[in-house]
Parts: sequence; structure tokens; C-alpha cells
Amino acid sequence: MAYEVNGTTVEHDEEGYITNLSEWTPELAEVIAKAEDIEMDDERWEVVNFLREYYDEYQIAPAVRVLIKAVKKTMGPEKGNNKYMYELFPYGPAKQACKIAGLPKPTGCV
Amino acid sequence: MSDVKKFLYLNRRAPYGTIYALESLEVVLIGAAFEQDVALAFVDDGVFQLTKGQNTDGIGVKNFSPTFRALGDYDVQKLYVERESLEERGLSEDDLMEVVYEDEDDDWEEKPAIRVISRAEMADVMADADVVLSF
Repeated sequence: MAYEVNGTTVEHDEEGYITNLSEWTPELAEVIAKAEDIEMDDERWEVVNFLREYYDEYQIAPAVRVLIKAVKKTMGPEKGNNKYMYELFPYGPAKQACKIAGLPKPTGCV
Repeated sequence: MSDVKKFLYLNRRAPYGTIYALESLEVVLIGAAFEQDVALAFVDDGVFQLTKGQNTDGIGVKNFSPTFRALGDYDVQKLYVERESLEERGLSEDDLMEVVYEDEDDDWEEKPAIRVISRAEMADVMADADVVLSF
């Protein structure tokens, strides 16, 4: 199973998470988002970029509760709440945004 | 919640070479979702897990030590380290990385999560826990 980006293929697992994290590109993010039926806009990119920075710093993809708390801390309560985050990523802010961000499935996500 | 239990994750092994240390941390992160009272203890070679400046380039495994610094986000605020174990390995508190949590009850002030305690105090911490999981 693989995504197609500009003529190259990027392998992913049965749930759609890419297997080699270093193969991620912003173009790939758009492709994954499309497969998830999500249109990327500035708000969604803000979350995806936030997750990539979080992974870079802590080496984990945070659980949804932790993600929302961290967003609240850095972007404010109008964004760091369940309603806003689930509107952006209806099938789970952590699960879907991590997939688009090219990260592993969130730790503590069942 | 009335039935919160005190969980103590006891780490005795070096961070690399076996999977125990990484698995322990994964269990802590997963278990934290259940909103129990979670503490970690580091004794014997387990104290090496918290040393700063870890670099795993030469052994081809992931350096997971930065993940300890995310524990505060998971409401894990107590990392007990046994002083005698440090000293027996020529280490001191200065060799450990900085791990902080934000105290919700004190205007989100950052406080150190690592507490170096004596062997006798560690025995009390273990006796006080409802559940001890050893890795």
C-alpha cells in the first residue's frame, strides 16, 4: 500500500500511516488529506505543523487529550478545545492530523 | 474520582540494550489516559534512562529520552530517582536531564518533576503505592 506523489510512491501501513517518517513532504500531506476526505487550509496546517514540532521535540505523537491541552497552551483556548479540533479533523484530531503530518499513530490511542 | 489508585512504574534497567525501558515509558503514556495517580521510580541501572545528552546514532535505535520531557503533558509529575544508585555509578543530580511539569494549582508554574531521594525514602514510596509495575 502506498501514496502517489509527483510520480514517487510512499509506503503506508494498513491504517494509512506512512512507514518511513523521513519521506514526508507538504505535498504528501495534501495527498493523505485528500484520502481522508479533508481539504487542507491554514487552520489545519497550523495543527499539522504544531504536531510535527511536538514530535521533533518529544519524539512522540501525543494522545488527543494531550494534543488539545498543548494547543490550548500555545494557540489559546479558542483553538485548544474539542469542538474546534473535531471540526477540523472529524475522525479524531490526533489520529487524522498525525497521519497527515506523517507521524506514527498517537501513543495511547486505542 | 473515588477509586484512583497509586501506580508506581519501577525502572531498573539501562535505556538501551533491552526493550524494557522503552516499553515501560509506552505503558506509562497509555496508562496516563486512565487518570490514575502515576509516579515513576528509577533505581539501579534505571537511573541511566534520565541522563542528559543521550546519543543513539551509533547503535541504530531511537533516542527516546526526549519523551520523558513530555510526561508533564500527560499529568505525570513525579519521577523519583534513588541517590545511592546514582552515586554507585559515579553520577549526580547534575547528570540528569531537566524534566518539568506545570502546576495547575499554582498558576501553571513550571516545577521540576525529578526528585532525587534516598534508598530509605524510595522504600517508603514503594510501600505507599497500590500497584508497582517493575520493568
